[in-house]
Amino acid sequence: MRRIRIGNGCGFWGDNLDAPVRLVRDGQLDYLTLEYLAELTMSILAIQKQKNPTLGYATDFLDVLRSLMPLLRQQTQLKIVTNAGGMNPLGCARAARDLLRHHQLDDWRIAVVQGDDLMPRLNELLEEGHLLHHLDTGEPLTAVRERVVSANVYLGAKPIVEALKQGARLVITGRVADVSLTVGPAAYEFGWGFGAADFDRLAAATVAGHLIECGAQVTGGLWIHADEQTRLEEVGYPIAEIAEDGTFVITKPAGSGGIVNEETVSEQLLYEVADPRAYYTPDVVVDFTSVQLEDQGSNVVTIRGASGVTATDTYKVSIAYRDGYMAAGTLVIVGPQAVSKAQLSGRILLERLRQAGWTYQRSYVEVLGAGDAVPGVWPQGYEPPEVVLRVAVHDPRREAVERFTREFAPLVTSGFAGTTGYTTGRPPVREVLSFWPALIAKSAVTPQVELLP
Amino acid sequence: MTAPDITPTRPIRLGEIAHARSGDKGNHANIAVLAYTDEGYAILRRFLTAERVAQYFASLQPSKVERYEVPNVRGLNFVLYDVLDGGASRSLRSDSQGKALAVALLQMTLTLPSDVNPERCRRSAPTNPERFPPSVPNPVRRENTKANIESQEPV
Repeated sequence: MRRIRIGNGCGFWGDNLDAPVRLVRDGQLDYLTLEYLAELTMSILAIQKQKNPTLGYATDFLDVLRSLMPLLRQQTQLKIVTNAGGMNPLGCARAARDLLRHHQLDDWRIAVVQGDDLMPRLNELLEEGHLLHHLDTGEPLTAVRERVVSANVYLGAKPIVEALKQGARLVITGRVADVSLTVGPAAYEFGWGFGAADFDRLAAATVAGHLIECGAQVTGGLWIHADEQTRLEEVGYPIAEIAEDGTFVITKPAGSGGIVNEETVSEQLLYEVADPRAYYTPDVVVDFTSVQLEDQGSNVVTIRGASGVTATDTYKVSIAYRDGYMAAGTLVIVGPQAVSKAQLSGRILLERLRQAGWTYQRSYVEVLGAGDAVPGVWPQGYEPPEVVLRVAVHDPRREAVERFTREFAPLVTSGFAGTTGYTTGRPPVREVLSFWPALIAKSAVTPQVELLP
Repeated sequence: MTAPDITPTRPIRLGEIAHARSGDKGNHANIAVLAYTDEGYAILRRFLTAERVAQYFASLQPSKVERYEVPNVRGLNFVLYDVLDGGASRSLRSDSQGKALAVALLQMTLTLPSDVNPERCRRSAPTNPERFPPSVPNPVRRENTKANIESQEPV
């Protein structure tokens, strides 16, 4: 039975820059996928694009593409599917085309998948009655309309299939469901449709895509039993080898670090999942309780039995809106009763600001080393020799948050004995872009596929 | 107070019979807890209730905790609602994405009744208790190794 090998070399924007090269060099891939867009990455890209219309995509992708050039010449079978396009897939594609041409790879056909960006017609959609209610609170989007910076539909695998049909070797998308980067190539290669007859195979490719979309999280990263022998310093990135009937294996390049076993796969199967019987994607709703895992040893786990049912008639929409400013700063408090001193130092910092006329919409004091990363859960009552005091605030006024960042340094001389660690200067102020998940009727959205001339 | 009708045996740490992973969905977190054996999964289903998990993480003030059974991987998936202080974009906490919740939950103590044999629940491939290289010698740190901390009486 025919099989294709899809490797994912990037799990988010900021992931290891060298992983794609190692994966392509050693992975014997048919497809390389690169996933760059976390929930809020789009809003950051939207603001970048506002400042510079030629930006708004994951520029890391160009560095990765550059590093892949020698391998792309050798591996003439390899295709790349990535959501690096972000808020500007066309700009990303043009930059990629220039880079490929610069390296004498003029014959690479590049396709762009768009149609996910709702911002240009957001008012029109709202007027037509697409109210984009918040999925958790039920509030209509009009509550924050003026502050919205990005609104993107998670498109599915169909436009990726269409792009590949048109002969693309590089597919650059905006927002698509992460799993679609895998489902698209599988559906194209095996000629699957998107009807009921194909739901189980689409479900299988969805599970495969879900397992590899976070990169090394299925190959030893975050594994409860990882240790020195797991060799995470050279962790291999994941490969899904998918057969025509939807059976697949998860593995990694021979000789790489990390590990693939039943534990790494089962931990990742449920990562960021709510109801395992209903994993929603644009193309199929998958039952994760249907799959059977079989550990073959030697970093190979076979997965079979995936089942799926018809998708809903809505797309998920990821919306971000401006929501003030925040900053978080740290100091180190050393010595006896460091925990108590740190807690009091945090209160003193905020009290000084209050006396200067600054109070905040939200503020929070943490003592790291005292169990505060999961507050109230770890056993209390021991005395660490040193702790990290972390204070964070959030407020609509940038100047209030700026003022907050100047209140850390004074504690080094006017705080308690053993106060230190003011080593990196004032903490940066960042704009808060809050997340607004919603649904929209599929009929209101038209995915577009365009080949770059 | 009436005496319990089952005799507690020794308590076990959840991490002795299960592994776990956690992550975020907006302001909600999920924690997947996966038993090493079928017997362990039976224990999880019986004792690791949504109420028990909600109580364990009460300080995070979950608005709701749901539990889903995933028998094909001997797993329970917990969804903890509204525990991330607004989620990755606006949380003021270090663990804005709930990444630490899994290892925290594995520290939970389960007190098993006498008819349950925890030996059948452990991982078949034993883990080396000294899996990590020794930390750099440091007199202060040595006072505070994990084992010491756990055995210490509250000050």
